[in-house]
Amino acid sequence: MTSLETPPRTADKPTRAVRSAGDRTFAGLSTGAGILILVVLAGVAAFLITESLDAISAPAADIAGGEGVWSYVGPLVFGTLLAAVIALLVATPLGVAIALFITYYAPKRIAATLGYLIDLLAAIPSVVYGFWGLAALAPAMVPFYAWAERNLGFIPLFAGPASATGRTMLTAGLVLAIMILPIISAISREVFVQAPALHREAALALGATRWEMIKMAVLPYGKSGVIGGSMLGLGRALGETLAVAIVLSVSGGVTFNLISSSNPSTIAANIALQFPESSGLGVSTLIFTGLVLFVITLAVNMLARYVVNRRADFSGAN
Amino acid sequence: MTTSTPTRPEDLDPMTPAVGTRRKLPRYGGVGLYVAGLVVAGLLTLLSGFSWGLFAVYGVVLGCLVTYVGSRVVEGSRKATDRLVTSLVTSAFAIAMVPLVSLIYTVVSKGITRLDGTFFSNSMVGVVGEGGGAYHAIMGTLIITALASLISVPVGLLAAIYLVEYGRGKLKKALTFFVDVMTGIPSIVAGLFAYALFAIFFGPGVRFGLGGAVALSVLMIPVVVRSAEEVLKLVPNELREASYALGVPKWRTITKVVLPTAIAGLGTGVTLSIARVIGETAPLLVIVGITAATNFDPFDGRMATLPVYAYYQLTQPGVPPQFGIDRAWTAALVLIIIVMALNVVARLISRFFAPKTGR
Repeated sequence: MTSLETPPRTADKPTRAVRSAGDRTFAGLSTGAGILILVVLAGVAAFLITESLDAISAPAADIAGGEGVWSYVGPLVFGTLLAAVIALLVATPLGVAIALFITYYAPKRIAATLGYLIDLLAAIPSVVYGFWGLAALAPAMVPFYAWAERNLGFIPLFAGPASATGRTMLTAGLVLAIMILPIISAISREVFVQAPALHREAALALGATRWEMIKMAVLPYGKSGVIGGSMLGLGRALGETLAVAIVLSVSGGVTFNLISSSNPSTIAANIALQFPESSGLGVSTLIFTGLVLFVITLAVNMLARYVVNRRADFSGAN
Repeated sequence: MTTSTPTRPEDLDPMTPAVGTRRKLPRYGGVGLYVAGLVVAGLLTLLSGFSWGLFAVYGVVLGCLVTYVGSRVVEGSRKATDRLVTSLVTSAFAIAMVPLVSLIYTVVSKGITRLDGTFFSNSMVGVVGEGGGAYHAIMGTLIITALASLISVPVGLLAAIYLVEYGRGKLKKALTFFVDVMTGIPSIVAGLFAYALFAIFFGPGVRFGLGGAVALSVLMIPVVVRSAEEVLKLVPNELREASYALGVPKWRTITKVVLPTAIAGLGTGVTLSIARVIGETAPLLVIVGITAATNFDPFDGRMATLPVYAYYQLTQPGVPPQFGIDRAWTAALVLIIIVMALNVVARLISRFFAPKTGR
């Protein structure tokens, strides 16, 4: 800005920058676009609240299930969290390992290509993941579920009866894990690459093996990036719709049993399955569940961004 | 990736011989041990009826175990741990490739049966059972995605220009933060937002194409802003200052100097953001719905879109189901082809339109 300022010609003119009409319009337009984005985000919350008021104020007996919106959304929240947590538990170690492989283990010449292959996983539409989960992953998991019921049945998670189709909570969680893998590995890669070269070289100079170097110099540095990345993955997993709607065989209720064919639904999948056939109060109830999902993902994402950004503030990289 | 370091970790490895008498595995010893583990795993799997899943599990466990034990016996525990981690991270990458390969194989093998002229030239009007196509759905996807881009690209670009060129203080901080947060909005929530917004004006049960474009824009704008901001930041300040020094006003500097310099990156970013939303199903399911006929008017009535079409053909295939399921897989295949093509285009743009550097 300062480079554009011209000194005032006369004493009585204000000492502000002289800006042409084009300049003012352009600055106004771009500022307006920025503000519009904030307005849209606020609008998402506002319109969801307006449209769900009916469901919140309706008598409990009128809501599907007959016990009010909160008991309607409860099992859905449980299902959403369960699927997302399974996805996170599988994808985080795998994502971090892949990030390490690409940054410090793979031959440098092909590392970029390998990274691109992982990014391809993020490009595949979620409905296609649903197709694949239903047609390929679920049948492939059936023998494992039967085995788990026989040998691990004493653990409540594998109590069974094992699903014959494989359309279980665990399958849905695994599909979600594959979908969030590229997010976690991309953000981990970003921070691992930035680990200070001096620290790494110092570790190696002291005779550390490659793993010891990573343990001492890379992982402590990348810790908050990994945490933030997995929370962003969690946010994605919470909101993932079609893959779960297609793969999961739903019966409602709350259960930790991961391998049976009666599972709680997730908020997003439930909306996708119910919305096209709903009207009136049903729509309002579904929008209310959408609002709950919005609040949960917003909280997770804000926390994740806070963690990631805090690292940026304190790291030596900048 | 690791361009910041001129020295790669393995170049520095010769520290080990300095320890002296410690024995070392031959050059490809680690790989050899892992392969030995894999072979044992293969034999084990053959004993109990071969399946790829079982082979993968046994292979990774035995491969890592054999590598660790072998290295531990010869080289000691520190080297052995190092080799164990190496085999673990390599296995992790290989495991991640399994679903990608399996997915592409499944979709291609199942989708190829209906990849014919009828699929691209017919709609679903009056189709029961055999035949029928996705012409209406492909058109719907193109129209809605084009509308979404028409909304998102100007807004996203201008917001990115604001962030890089004009923004300061609290508004800039808030915008940066909330754009990041907005990338995490679940796609179904974006659909519900569009529905809630238009239900106020057009009454409940509203379904039309423009609503879908609005929903997709909510998902697309933050992606455009993010990528455009990154690219604009890369434009060297010297260029801006040179332009100012010549007396060019700021907005002319942005449109004539900054944007042309960044055009390759901007094109890549926009293409990738289109690729990101073109496969979105959930918001369109909510606000656009599905229809059997071709509808070119995004302002009136339901439209078919490719992802929603695929979803309904799979879940409500009709009687007999096989024809609907075949159409669903072909739609999924076409969707993947479109997304991959957009990704390739994005890479080509960044290669061919990159500003000429002096090299």
